Amino acid sequence: MTERGPFRHHGIQVGGALVALFVGAALLAPWLAPFDPHEVPTGLAAASLRPPGPPNALGTDALGRDLLSRVLYGGRVSLLVGVGVELVAALIGALVGLVAGYYGGWLDGLLMRVTDTVMAFPSLILAIGLIAVFEKPGLDKVFLVLVLLGWTTIARVVRGEVLSLKTRDYVQAARALGVPDTIIVFRHLLPNCLAPLLVAATIGVGGNMVAEAGLSFLGLGAQAPTISWGAMLAEGQTFLASASWVAVFPGLALMLAVLGINLLGDGLRDMLDPRLKR
Amino acid sequence: MLTQLARPVARRLVALIPVLFGISLLVFVLNALALGDPVRALLGQRGDPELIAQIRKEYALDRPLWVQYATWMGRLLQGNLGRSYHQQRPVSDVIAERFPATFRLAVAATAIAVAAGLGMGIAAALRPGGALDHLLMGAAVIGISTPVFWLGLMLSLLFAVWLGWLPVSGYGDGALAHLVLPAVTLGALHTGTIARMTRSSLLEVVRQDYVQAARAKGLGEVTVIGKHALKNALIPVVTVIGIGLADLLVGAPLTETVFAWPGLGRMLVAAVGQRDLPVVMGAVLVFAMIYVLGSLLVDLAYLVIDPRIRRD
Repeated sequence: MTERGPFRHHGIQVGGALVALFVGAALLAPWLAPFDPHEVPTGLAAASLRPPGPPNALGTDALGRDLLSRVLYGGRVSLLVGVGVELVAALIGALVGLVAGYYGGWLDGLLMRVTDTVMAFPSLILAIGLIAVFEKPGLDKVFLVLVLLGWTTIARVVRGEVLSLKTRDYVQAARALGVPDTIIVFRHLLPNCLAPLLVAATIGVGGNMVAEAGLSFLGLGAQAPTISWGAMLAEGQTFLASASWVAVFPGLALMLAVLGINLLGDGLRDMLDPRLKR
Repeated sequence: MLTQLARPVARRLVALIPVLFGISLLVFVLNALALGDPVRALLGQRGDPELIAQIRKEYALDRPLWVQYATWMGRLLQGNLGRSYHQQRPVSDVIAERFPATFRLAVAATAIAVAAGLGMGIAAALRPGGALDHLLMGAAVIGISTPVFWLGLMLSLLFAVWLGWLPVSGYGDGALAHLVLPAVTLGALHTGTIARMTRSSLLEVVRQDYVQAARAKGLGEVTVIGKHALKNALIPVVTVIGIGLADLLVGAPLTETVFAWPGLGRMLVAAVGQRDLPVVMGAVLVFAMIYVLGSLLVDLAYLVIDPRIRRD
């Protein structure tokens, strides 16, 4: 039955540890970073593309900036976009799902048709297309675009849950007693949707982080001086042959963070909602 | 069989119409929303006003939005995607030129993912909980969690820069060696999902009575798995292969950028940078169409594999 037996028991621990490491490093970056991540040293020629070794544990980039400090600060942007986008997207998605599932009828039909159309696109392709709408790319636009595309999964999950919940006796009873719709929706339905919502949102955070890094890698996301792992990787590609560490470490950080989130999300799914187990 | 299939196929084709309409509307709204003036971006702030007016007229930018949509839709139905601002030639030409490279990459990536994914999934399911199972499923989880562009960079670093076995990037006039790294990169995520699904689906099927019966009959494990269990286990795998098509399309711009592959994805990224909106719209539309048609093909594959669905 389980999709990945070997990881079932350790998934939450390993995932949780990786996520804790990632969140901790991002939040504590100003105290952990040995150097100013933006500081270009005066002896640029000597400091440029220095391989890992003291005093730069992960080496330096083309401008001689300390890579470890930049990876730590890059985590802040990744965390901000990953969690921030998901909070807004989950809010929108939950509202759409609650309204569509509870009221049904033409409203449900319309909302789900819109959801289907947005979902009919491979998301990153549409994200790239939407970025073209703006005159200049930037992190704020990435945020907006990812919110626009990110609410659909949550809406579907919540709607499905509401459809089954609203036929239960306790909801029927509340309706028969004349409890107002808003109270039924927010007090009786929403709390019971939280478990699947949390699972979908956790996986969504990882997706947002990869999408942000991807867009920034393509030059369509964060712009200098904002520090983003994706933008660092684009620079790393230029120096792949001569200074591979510039491409290795930001990507490794991203991969471990996303791996942790995926393991945690899968573990939460198994724990909170056995029905969702594929 | 054919007449049995005709009705469900027709029903699915009809169901495509509103989706395609929605896609076209979304793509058009995207263009209409565009902030900043692409014509001015093209000609510069000091562009000749007469020339600007002429271009606006040519692209119907001076008409109300619904007229623009009707004009655009009318042209679209005739296969006319408009003209590229930047390259001054039909968007359909630009896309037709880039399409084969992306198609080749996607087919190769799918082939690798299906072959490797099935192989890994079957091998892992033979001895669930064993060392090989742990190893393969661990690899699958890592394959799923590794961002495609970083994986491309790392494969390129290992096999091209350090080992020197394969070229770093480029199309190489279609040489097979140039295809290997991009195809493996693009197919990795997909390999992981197929491997996981094959394993779990097989483990579920081998518990069923008819498989036990085949074993009790004294058939060898290879015949039991290969001839009896696999066919039924593959049904959910087909779904995953279909869903994976979306991952392939999403990965295309990134993989093509990493490996300087002259496909649609890199064209789209470049067009966004140049704010060449007709090309952006055309590319998004083509990607969406490929995705929708791909999902349709998966539905049809379902009908062939699983006779139970035909009856609905």
